[in-house]
This record gives sequence, structure tokens and C-alpha cells, in this order.
Amino acid sequence: MSMLEVRNLQVKAEDKQILRGVNLTVNPGEVHAIMGPNGSGKSTLARALAGHPGYEVTDGAVLYDGKDLLDMPADERAREGLFMAFQYPVEIPGVNNAYFLKAALNARRKHQGLEEMDAMDFMTFIKEKAKLLQVDQSMLQRSVNEGFSGGEKKRNEIFHMAVLEPRLAILDETDSGLDIDALKIVANGVNAMRSPDRAFIVVTHYQRLLDYIVPDFVHVLSDGLLVRSGGRELALELEQKGYVWLEAAEARG
Amino acid sequence: MSTSTETIEQLANTEYKYGFITDVEQDIAPKGLNEDTVRLISAKKDEPEWLLEWRLKAFRAWLKMTEPTWQNVTYEPIDYQGVSYYAAPKEKKKLGSMDEVDPEIRATFDKLGIPLIEQQLLAGVAVDAVFDSVSVATTFREKLGKMGIIFCSFSEAVREHPDLIKQYLGSVVPHTDNFFAALNSAVFSDGSFVYVPKGVKCPMELSTYFRINAKDTGQFERTLIICDEGASVSYLEGCTAPKRDENQLHAAVVELVTLDHATIKYSTVQNWYPGDKNGKGGIYNFVTKRGLCKGRKSKITWTQVETGSAITWKYPSCILQGDDSVGEFYSVAVTNNYQQADTGTKMIHLGKNTRSTIVSKGISAGRGQNTYRGAVKIGKNAQHARNYSQCDSLLIGDRCGAHTFPYLEIKNTSASVEHEASTSKIGEDQIFYCEQRGILKEDAINMIVSGFCKEVFRELPMEFAVEAQKLLGISLEGSVG
Repeated sequence: MSMLEVRNLQVKAEDKQILRGVNLTVNPGEVHAIMGPNGSGKSTLARALAGHPGYEVTDGAVLYDGKDLLDMPADERAREGLFMAFQYPVEIPGVNNAYFLKAALNARRKHQGLEEMDAMDFMTFIKEKAKLLQVDQSMLQRSVNEGFSGGEKKRNEIFHMAVLEPRLAILDETDSGLDIDALKIVANGVNAMRSPDRAFIVVTHYQRLLDYIVPDFVHVLSDGLLVRSGGRELALELEQKGYVWLEAAEARG
Repeated sequence: MSTSTETIEQLANTEYKYGFITDVEQDIAPKGLNEDTVRLISAKKDEPEWLLEWRLKAFRAWLKMTEPTWQNVTYEPIDYQGVSYYAAPKEKKKLGSMDEVDPEIRATFDKLGIPLIEQQLLAGVAVDAVFDSVSVATTFREKLGKMGIIFCSFSEAVREHPDLIKQYLGSVVPHTDNFFAALNSAVFSDGSFVYVPKGVKCPMELSTYFRINAKDTGQFERTLIICDEGASVSYLEGCTAPKRDENQLHAAVVELVTLDHATIKYSTVQNWYPGDKNGKGGIYNFVTKRGLCKGRKSKITWTQVETGSAITWKYPSCILQGDDSVGEFYSVAVTNNYQQADTGTKMIHLGKNTRSTIVSKGISAGRGQNTYRGAVKIGKNAQHARNYSQCDSLLIGDRCGAHTFPYLEIKNTSASVEHEASTSKIGEDQIFYCEQRGILKEDAINMIVSGFCKEVFRELPMEFAVEAQKLLGISLEGSVG
């Protein structure tokens, strides 16, 4: 059974139809890249899958492990193992990053019928994860994303992902605003987490990230529809010829 | 938590054992307020002549005063002749079991995590006492007594320690101070008295739970705390459990005095009935709280978490008279549904090198209106006085309001005064971010609000802080759709 089955997904945001019928199948162990020009609907797809309240699904269906994903509220999707790394991570002043993660992890564990992790075990656990992602210890004790630089925020997202160990991780333009060193750290974190029972959907505007996170499939989103799907070479082709090439090809039909 | 279990139990048990001893037929004074009412109250309490005179002076002053209207709250006019000013505390009707308790109250107890035995006691369910509350109370008072600490009801202090009362009553909040303070001075029912002698550090948090005569002190409570040279005390007022009261108007007065090198930490959690979701009913909490840092290097800290009452109107203040004295004010005020709060502080710097800190966190939800009003006054002799003020407002939803009125009066050029203010809104994005990590919406709001209030909560005694945090969550329940 596939992990994620998106069928004819149509999504509206602020009364504007953004996605006009997306079909996508993701199997465990796979990395899918979603590319496309600005305004094509990449982030809308990510947020709709995560259950953002600003996005209204007008038609279609999404099955996640055979269950109706669209029927679950956002927090339940998360507890079921769906994670989204935000394009613009949100600041929560006064809430300690480690404390926040402990609440999140234990919510998930409770949902899975596992025992909640106590403070001692949790600190040992996240310190290891922090090391892996070269996240500074001080970042654990700071308020969630407050006063973080753009790069720190993105790295913190990947750190959250590493701690929560999702089954399906959606990265929404995690590469935007990152310098090459930060990009490598983020990519290493993702690569370290690749496994046969975990899948990734990597949303990006640029091919650059895919040099470091090598996808199994590349899909091109244009005007709310997936217009092309292929292997890694599709990304390279796009890099060479630009999105204009695609649009022109589209126009020619 | 075992101490709090014991003490709550103690309160509940003593409430009906140690009462006023009143003639049942005469336990409520006729409605209305005149000199005879004041005389009746004083007589009922068997007070000395000087205290009656003091009450009468206050009453006469009150007659000439008009109710203030400058505060940013609205309410129907209060009919001062329509209430009874003296009622002996009644024995509460005992309930047979928890099943008879209002389910809404039970749900709140559960959310606060109050153990069942405490729930029963708070709700007035008859329980077999697990231990002898009388002996615990006695041991406690003996321990304090050995150190020379006096902690008793106001009435008892009038009888047992008249010299201290004469010396300090009205010394910080004069009977002419304001309309409600004058009213309180004329008709105050009872309250607490604390005296910590020279050099003594009170070894435990003094809480109203502990008070032997801790019972319904009525709507006009009076508290006086004196810390002699080098002494210190931490005093907790209030309770996180929901409290309902028939009396609409509560006008309390609290006076604090610290002599040289003395410290008073006064913490309040106020959770009076706020009225229903449509703004019907609820307590008017009009309180005058003021501390006098009389001695050198003395310190007074006010910490308050105000979640209840239909209207909260109070400004716990510090007069920094002694050189190098310190005043602090940490406040969280929550208004939900139709609640209104106009609260803040006054820091009056008179002595040299005096310092004050103000941290105010206002949270508005529903149609709540939250006003911070604060004054910092630096007198002409207050060389090198310093103040730091921070006022933050958090809005939940778009029908509530936050207002800030800072007043500054600086008469000494060596002073340094800083003021920071911010207003933010709990965004859909913040909540979604938490939800995306698997956290329930309710927990998310709790977390965001607690984070916002962190600087104030860390000033609260540990146990109180945990309860206050939960209380905040409950007060804001349902405020985000």
C-alpha cells in the first residue's frame, strides 16, 4: 500500500482556486521533489496536506496509510506522523524550544500508545539529535524561533523533524534563504533520516537543494496542476532551460 | 503538594468551627449605611473606642467624596444604601457527596488538578477529617509564635496587639485616600494581620489558607503587614479555585510597611466570579493596595495574577521613601467574555537611589477590555532613582481591547526611566504551528499564553505558579474558535 495517495486535489485559498486537481502517489522510502515557478501552488499543496486552516479543499481525496487524511484535524495528522517544515517558522516568545518539543513528542507518543518520555531521557535524546544537526545547545533553551536568524529557524525546523521522527516529512521551501553551509547541514540532516519506512516531499523552487538531497522523483507544478513527472534528470533539465521552457511546452501542448 | 492539601483542609475544617459567635437572629444588619451602621459593626466586633472613632472619621470623609469615574470601565451605578454592611459568616450547607456539586465547578477542579479530597473540602462536601486540623493549626502558630511572628485575623490583632494597629492602621492608605478606601475604613469586616519582628525571616509562605480565622471575611477586607528591620516575609493571598460570592462589590485595603533592610513579597491570585458569558453578574473588585518602603534598602514586591471578577480596578503601589529601597510590580491580568480590568501600579520615588521595576502582562479575549494604568513619580530629592517599565498586551480574537496609560512625573534630572510596550495577537499561524507539531489547540493556547506571562510567573512561589498557569488556560477556554 502506498503511504500517501493524493487524488484530484483541488484547493482554494482566500477565495482563489490554487490547486486544480493534483494527483500524487508516495511510497515509503521515497523522496519526491515538487518544483515549480512562484505562484504555481507548491506551498499550497504542502499546507493543505498539513491541514492549515487557511486552505480549503474543494474537491478530491487524500489517503494516508489508507486513512482519510482530509478528515483529520491538523494536530491529529501530526500525531499520525505527518510533519511539515515551515517556509516561515513561527516565533513563540517565552516558550522554551526543548519544552515545546517535549510536549510535541509526548503528544505523539501518547497517540501511539507509548509511554511519555520523562525530562531526563528527553534531554539526553534531543542532545544527540542536536549534535547530529550541529544545532547549538543554547538553541534548545531559547524561546521557539524567537530572535533566530533565518538560517537558524530553518535548521530548527529540521531539528524538530529529527526529534519527532515523522513517517512523512514535507519540507516547504526549506532551502530558501539558506547559505551553502546551512543548506548542507539541512541536507545532511534529511539524508541521515532517509529510511525504507519514511518518505519525504521536498518543495523547492531551485534545483540546488536537490544536489544534496537526491530525489527519486521530480514533479513540476504549474498553475495548480502537476504537469510533468520524472526522475532526477527532470530537475537538471529545468535548471538548464528554466520554467519558461515548460510553459512554452505546455502552450504547444 | 502535601502542605497545600493539609492547609486547604485546615481552612475548610476551621471555617465552621471557629466562627464569630453571633446571635443567629441578628446576624445580618439592616440594609443601608449611616453612622449607626458603623457603630453596629464596631459594637458587634467588640472594638475599642479609638477604632470606632477612626471608622466614624472615615465614614464622614466618605460622605463628602464622590465615586471616581476616571477609570476605563463601565458599570451600573452601585446603590450603597441597598446593601447590608454586616453579616456574620454563615455555616455553609454541607453536601452529601461530590455528585451534588455543580458539574461546572467539578470540571474546573479536575482541570486544575486539585486532588479529590481538596475538591470535597473546597466544595463544602462533608468529609471525615484525615487528621486533626486543630492540632496542625496550633503547631503552626506555635512555631511562628516562638519566632515572634504574629499572624492572625485583623479583629484578633485589634484585641491582642492594639499598639501596632494604632501605629500603622491607615499609615499607608489613609482613611481619606479614595472613595473605596474610605468606605472600607468605615465598614471593614475583617482581614489579616502580620508582624515580623527585627531580623526574623519568616520560614514559610504565609497564606490565607493557614489563617485560623480564615473564613468569609466579606466584601470589605483589610490587611496590614509590617516587617521590622531586617525581617522578611512572603505572603500569598487568594486561591486558584473558583470562588463565588453573593456580594457584588468588594473593596479591600492592603497596607504593607517595611523598615530598614526588610522585604515583603506579596502574591495574589484572584479568581472571583467573573460573571457569565453574556456579562451578567460577577464581582466588582475595587481594591486599594499600597506598600511603604519606609526604611533604607527595604523592598516590596507585588505579584498578581488577576483572572476573575467582572471588573478589576486596582493599583498595588510602592512608596519608596527609604534610600536605596526597591519596589517591584509583576502583573498578569486576564479579561475574557465581558470582563473589564483597569490595573497597574504607582511607583513613588522619594529616597535616593531608589529603584522600581514594572512588568505588566495584559491578556484580552472575547469582548474583554484590559487597561494598564501606571504612574512613575520621581520626587525632587530622589537622586539617581531608576525605573524600568514593560507593558505587554496580548489579544485573542478581534472583539477585545487593550489600552495603556503610562504617566510619568519626574522632578529630578539624575533619574533614569525606561518604558517599553508591545501589543501582539495570538495568530492563527502560531496555533497552527503548534498543532502541526501534534499539540492540541487548547494546550497550544495555554503554552503561548504561559510563554507570554513567563516573566511574571517566575516571581510566584513555585506551587502557586503551576496552579496559576493552569488557571490561565481555564480562564481563556473557548476564546479561540
